Amino acid sequence: MIGSNKKTTMPLADKLVSSFLAFELDIDIQSPVHNIRTDAIKKFEKLGFPHRKLEAWKYTSLNKLLKEDYTLFSKKKNVLDFKNVKDFFLDNTESYKLIFVDGFFDSFLSQTSHEKVDVCIMSAALSKAKYTSIIKKYFNKSIEKGDSLSQLNTAFSKEGAYIHVPKNIILEKPIEIIHFATGNESALMLQPRNLIVLEEGAQAEIIESHQSLTDNPIFTNSVSEIFVSKNAHLDYYKIQNDRLSSSLIDNTYISQERDSNSKIHTFSFGGKLTRNNLNYYQKGSYINSTMKGITIIDDKQLVDHHTLVDHANPNCESHQDYKGIYSGSSTGVFNGKIVVDKIAQKTNAFQKNNNILLNDKSTINSKPQLEIFADDVKCSHGCTIGQLDQDALFYLRARGIPKKEAEALLTYAFANNVLESVNIPALKSKIKKIIANKLGVEIGFDL
Amino acid sequence: MLTIDNLHVSVEGKPILNGINLNVRAGEVHAIMGPNGSGKSTLSSVIAGNEAYEVTKGDIIYKNENIIELAAEERAQKGIFMSFQYPVEIPGITVTNFIKTAINSNLRARNEEKMPANIMLKKIREKAELLEIDSKFLSRSLNEGFSGGEKKRNEIFQMAMLEPSLSILDETDSGLDIDALKIVANGVNKLKNKNNAVILITHYQRLLDHIVPDYVHVLHEGRIVKSGGKELAHELEEKGYDWIK
Repeated sequence: MIGSNKKTTMPLADKLVSSFLAFELDIDIQSPVHNIRTDAIKKFEKLGFPHRKLEAWKYTSLNKLLKEDYTLFSKKKNVLDFKNVKDFFLDNTESYKLIFVDGFFDSFLSQTSHEKVDVCIMSAALSKAKYTSIIKKYFNKSIEKGDSLSQLNTAFSKEGAYIHVPKNIILEKPIEIIHFATGNESALMLQPRNLIVLEEGAQAEIIESHQSLTDNPIFTNSVSEIFVSKNAHLDYYKIQNDRLSSSLIDNTYISQERDSNSKIHTFSFGGKLTRNNLNYYQKGSYINSTMKGITIIDDKQLVDHHTLVDHANPNCESHQDYKGIYSGSSTGVFNGKIVVDKIAQKTNAFQKNNNILLNDKSTINSKPQLEIFADDVKCSHGCTIGQLDQDALFYLRARGIPKKEAEALLTYAFANNVLESVNIPALKSKIKKIIANKLGVEIGFDL
Repeated sequence: MLTIDNLHVSVEGKPILNGINLNVRAGEVHAIMGPNGSGKSTLSSVIAGNEAYEVTKGDIIYKNENIIELAAEERAQKGIFMSFQYPVEIPGITVTNFIKTAINSNLRARNEEKMPANIMLKKIREKAELLEIDSKFLSRSLNEGFSGGEKKRNEIFQMAMLEPSLSILDETDSGLDIDALKIVANGVNKLKNKNNAVILITHYQRLLDHIVPDYVHVLHEGRIVKSGGKELAHELEEKGYDWIK
C-alpha cells in the first residue's frame, strides 16, 4: 500500500447510515419489510451507537470497537472445507445446520429442511411469497424500539436463520447455527438476523455460535427474535468462544405464550467484547423462563450480561443462574432486570449471580434490578463475589492433585450446576473440553 | 520412614511447634496425644504440606528425602496421607470423581498409566464395602451435608483407595459414635501392614482401644514432653494431662 493516500475514516455510524441507500437498492425494495428497514435506519440515525453515559452501558464502552474501518458487506463468498472447521460442529450428532460464511449462507456446509419444519434462511423468508404471512406476523414485532443496535440490525436485516416449527412438531435433531468469518476483509462487520417461531406444542433445540477463523477484527451485531407459542418448549444454547479479535453484541428477544417453557444457556469463554442483551416477555400465564450462564474469561476480555424478564401475567416463573470466573484483567458485568407487572400475581422470579475473581486485577460489576408492582410474589436475588476456597484447594492437593488441576476442578465444580441442565450429551462434553482448555488443564472432569 | 528433627513451626509469626523430634519406622503405629492447643493439628498439617504454616527451623525426612520444600501434592504423590479433622465440603464434585481424579493424578506423577475404569470400579466397591459405605453415598457431592461419621469414613475410604505409606489421622475419632469408631478403626487395622506406618493424633484414649499404638507421645506447648508404650495412654486417661506438664 506504499504511496496510497491514507483515507480519513468516516465514523462508523455515519458510514452505516450513508450506505443504507445502496443496500436497499441492492435488495428487493418490494419486500414486505422495506418500510420497517427504512424506519429502522431513521431511528438508528437519531439514536446513534450506545455510549457510557447511558445507564445500561455504564460498564461497557464500544469506543475502541467502533474505531475500526469495517467492511459492511463482504464482497465475495469464501468457500470453507468441512474438514477444516469440523471442530466447531457437534461430534457424532445428527443435526440440522445453518452455516453462514462472512455473512453469506453456505449451502454446502448446511443441512436445511422444508419438510414438516422450515429450517432455512432469512433471505428466502424475506423474499418468497409463501413466508409473507409469517414475516408479517412476527418480523420485528418484539424488538425494543429504543435500542439503537437492534434498530441498526433491522435496517440491514437480510440474512440469518429462519426457523419455523409447526404445531405439535417435536424436532428430533438439534439445529446448529454457526456464523463463520474467514478474514477475507481486513475488518468486517456482520449483522445476522434470526427469526425463530415455535408454534403451539412444538419443541426445538438450537445451538448458536460465532466463529472467526483469522485474527482480522470482526464486529457482529446480531438480533434474534424468538416466539415460543402455547405449550411449546425451546432449549437454546449460545456458545461464545470466539477469538480475541472478535466482538459480539447479541440482542435476543423471546416472547412466550401461556404454558410455554424456554431455556437459554449462554457459555461465554472467548471474544474481546461480548454483550448479551437477553430479553424475555411473558405474554400468558404459567410460563417458565430460564436463563443460565457460565462466563470464564481472562486477559482483557469483557463479557456483559444484561437480562430482562418482563413478568406481565400471573402465575409465571423465571430462573436465572449466572456463574462467572474472571482472571487476567478481565471484566464481567451482570445486570439482571426483573419487572413484575401489577397483574402478575403469584410470580416466582429467582436470580443468582455468583462470581469468582482469581486475581486482584479482574473486575465484576453485578447489579440486580427488581421492579415489582404486584404484592403476592416471590422474588429473590443473590450475588456473591469471592475467591477459590483455600481450604478446599489444600484438601485436593493433599490427595495428590496438582495445584493447577485442583484450581480447575474447583472452578468446574463451581460452575457445574449450570452444565447439568445441558440436554445434548455431545454439547455437554464439548463445553467441558472448552472449559478444561480455558483453564489450561487436561483433565476431562468426567473421569 | 519418617524422621522429624528439631522442627520449629510458626503461624503468622507466632511459634506453635518448638523443637519436635520423632522417628517413625515402617510397620509402626504412633499416637500423639495432648491437650487442646498443644500443636497436634499443626504437626499433622505441616507434615502434609499446608502452606499456611511456616517451618522456621528443622527438617522432615521422609523415605530419606527432606520434604520441607515439597508442595502438598508432591508429598501426597510420594505416599503421605492426612485424614482431615474437618474434611472440606466441595459441592459439584462427587466422591467417586474426586477419588478417581486423585488416583490418576498420583499415577501420572509416577509416570504410570491411568487406572482402567473397570479396575477402578472394582477397587471402589471393595474399599467402600470395607468401610460399610453405601454406593449411593459415592455419587453425592464430596462431604456436602455428610454427618461427622460419614466424613471420617470417607477420609478412611480415600486412604484405602490411595494406599499411602504414611497415614496421619488427625482427630479421626472426634465426632464419631462408638459404631462408626469401630468401623473406622477396623478399616485402619485392615489397611495396616509391615510396609506402612500410621500416626494417630488424638485427644482421647478411646480410639487407642481399637487401634493399638506401638508408641505414645505426649505433646505440650509445641514439644514432645513424654514418650512411652501404649500404657502411657491409659495413664493419661486416668490422670489427665496436668501431671505431665
